[in-house]
Amino acid sequence: MRKNTAMRIAGIAAAGIVLATTAGCSATGGDDGAVTLNYWLWDDAQLPAYQQCADDFTKANPDISIKISQYGWGEYWTNLATQIAASSAPDVWVNQGSYYPQFVEDKQIEDLQPYIDKDPKAVDFDSYVPGIAEIYQVGDARYGLPKDWDTIGLVINKQDAADAGIDEATLQDLTWNPDDGGTFEQVIAKLTVDKAGKHGDEAGFDKNNVAVYGFLPEWADGSQGQNLWGNLAQSNGFTYSDVNPFGTKFNYDSPKLVETIDWIASLAEKGYAPRFDTQSTLSRLDVLQSGAGAMTSMGSFNQLMFKDKASDFVFAPLPAGPEGRKSAINGLSDAMYAGGKHKDQAWEWIKYLASADCQKVVGDTGVIFPANKEASEASVAARAKLGLDASVFLSYSAEPDGTFLIPITYHGAEMSQIVQDAIQSVALGTNDAQSALTDANAKVNGLFE
Amino acid sequence: MTQLGLQRTAPSRLAAPRMPRPRGDGRVALLFIAPVLLGFAVFYLYPTIRGLWWSFTDYSLLAEPEFVGLENYVAVLTDSEFWNSMWVTLCYVVLNVGSQTVLALVLATLMHRLTRSVVLRTTLLLPWLVPNVTVGLVWLWLLDTNLGFVNRTLDAMGLDKVGFFTNPAFAIPTISGINTWAFVGYTALLFYAGMLQIPQDTYEAAAIDGAGELRTFFRITLPLLKPILALVLVVSLIGSFQIFDTVAVTTKGGPVNASRVIYYYIYQQAFTYFHMGYAATMAILLVLILGVLTFIQLRLLRASESQLA
Repeated sequence: MRKNTAMRIAGIAAAGIVLATTAGCSATGGDDGAVTLNYWLWDDAQLPAYQQCADDFTKANPDISIKISQYGWGEYWTNLATQIAASSAPDVWVNQGSYYPQFVEDKQIEDLQPYIDKDPKAVDFDSYVPGIAEIYQVGDARYGLPKDWDTIGLVINKQDAADAGIDEATLQDLTWNPDDGGTFEQVIAKLTVDKAGKHGDEAGFDKNNVAVYGFLPEWADGSQGQNLWGNLAQSNGFTYSDVNPFGTKFNYDSPKLVETIDWIASLAEKGYAPRFDTQSTLSRLDVLQSGAGAMTSMGSFNQLMFKDKASDFVFAPLPAGPEGRKSAINGLSDAMYAGGKHKDQAWEWIKYLASADCQKVVGDTGVIFPANKEASEASVAARAKLGLDASVFLSYSAEPDGTFLIPITYHGAEMSQIVQDAIQSVALGTNDAQSALTDANAKVNGLFE
Repeated sequence: MTQLGLQRTAPSRLAAPRMPRPRGDGRVALLFIAPVLLGFAVFYLYPTIRGLWWSFTDYSLLAEPEFVGLENYVAVLTDSEFWNSMWVTLCYVVLNVGSQTVLALVLATLMHRLTRSVVLRTTLLLPWLVPNVTVGLVWLWLLDTNLGFVNRTLDAMGLDKVGFFTNPAFAIPTISGINTWAFVGYTALLFYAGMLQIPQDTYEAAAIDGAGELRTFFRITLPLLKPILALVLVVSLIGSFQIFDTVAVTTKGGPVNASRVIYYYIYQQAFTYFHMGYAATMAILLVLILGVLTFIQLRLLRASESQLA
């Protein structure tokens, strides 16, 4: 009898512990009146700006408070997936072009079009930079409102350029082709310096003992090559797929891409770029700032990393290829969780995030380019105050077809690994570009059968 | 060492002579193991059963699982990436367990035969106390090609730089070396504890018979250490197969797929590609493989037979 009681007590205690733990881990929702929305983002640099938006929003809507959580890019999507599997995903989260189709396919994010139809004055689509609102449109449905956008440019060490005798005007108007690399390759050669002080274009340059590399290519760049190869390949006449967004037939075996990859790999053979198998495990921008490299490509979202060294670096547009100058453009959005409990409040928050008011707050910090045109200009102005010239990132839109949308597809994560593995095997020299990319393209197209 | 302890102490019951033999020991025992049993059921048994079920489904983690029979098993067994990651893992296990065991044996013998300094023993454990992620990050910086201390030193000595993490030939040996560094102290301590169980008189006898240190090690220490050796080998083999954190921190499976170990591939399939069913299938296959390996290993070493008994 006594033992049974003891058993029961132990059982209840154990159950209590389990319940307490689960209760403690789950998010606490407010009661009917006051609601707390969970909002997720990944960039810690943007956190203060969005916290300001959240505070302003709560001031205007006292019964809705916003709890922002930030996770590094690496954990972000994993955490999100597990939270969705546990039906406790955040009410609103920052979404990205290569990840959102999966959420659409699995019906985890809400179509916002019905909310817009009910509330037609809520969103002024003319206020946004053209093209980026369409990234999140699937047929008649719309899975996010524009948040920000980015393009790619070059960043060059000013002193290295001066030492190599390269003038500013040359840097601002580089040309490229896959055969001899154009003025882009000439500049890269000049920027490369061996340990004896000889530049890459001089006789007697020792490619096996390089002190400063002329260019730092990104080899871990998924299936999009947003940071370099995609841009160069597009300017060489390459297109990723039959249609975009949501292409189903891909062209990774195109000779236009093959020759682009071959050219980038040739930089390392010539000693102008670090060999892939001995390159730094640190990011290219860290290596650039350490002085071991003179030039690399960079997304507009990273420019603020140079705010304390603004006078040491020059920013320039990507080189113009045979088909002109082309930069990838990408835009983020805010998505609504389809399983959320407070969708009407979530809509209010999404609407506010997409509004000129919030985007102006973000733009004034200069951290990113908000989707709103005026807020983008505010961001450029904020960067100018820090001595950073952001105009190169805006220059592409001045030319027809100066920007292209990065591929938005289903199976984005798998494609990314397949194509990246293929391109890295070329960089390692274990495979040639034609056969590696033909093989990868077959695998990619196989995903859509 | 627990095995030896258990073999020697028979369970003793302290029953007072006047009282009848207490009945229902089983229930009391159940009460005592209930917390562990509960934890085991919630955190091991239930997930395992769920994993087994998922291995027969198409499950994206985001939508409901859908039964597909043996489709995942057929797909996994014909997936060249799966076999590649099994091979990579095997290379890692052989390098890691091999170097770790040999080094740990040497260290333990030195501790046993030369010095019994507590400070030294504690120092050996230090790397084991550092979290694995920190260990990975520290070595990532030390071995970095451009900025790392090791490559700077090689460079200063006039040698070529080595892409420890970025050269496919070096990635797995580097990672196994890091983990050997981190775990060798702990393993050595286990061996040392085992050596303390060996009766001192055998060593005295060996000394009187004129056996040198090497001969003593191979003829006395090693044979009498066999049960501990078997236990440690099994545990480190299983632990070694589960290599994940160092890879996730340093190479992320690269370059290309040179260090994509099986746990990392399972993780990628589950949480990057959202193929939970496929990932569960690989996990189940891994359990089977590990089970067979452990069985073979215990058989080969005849672990339960101690020459001391």
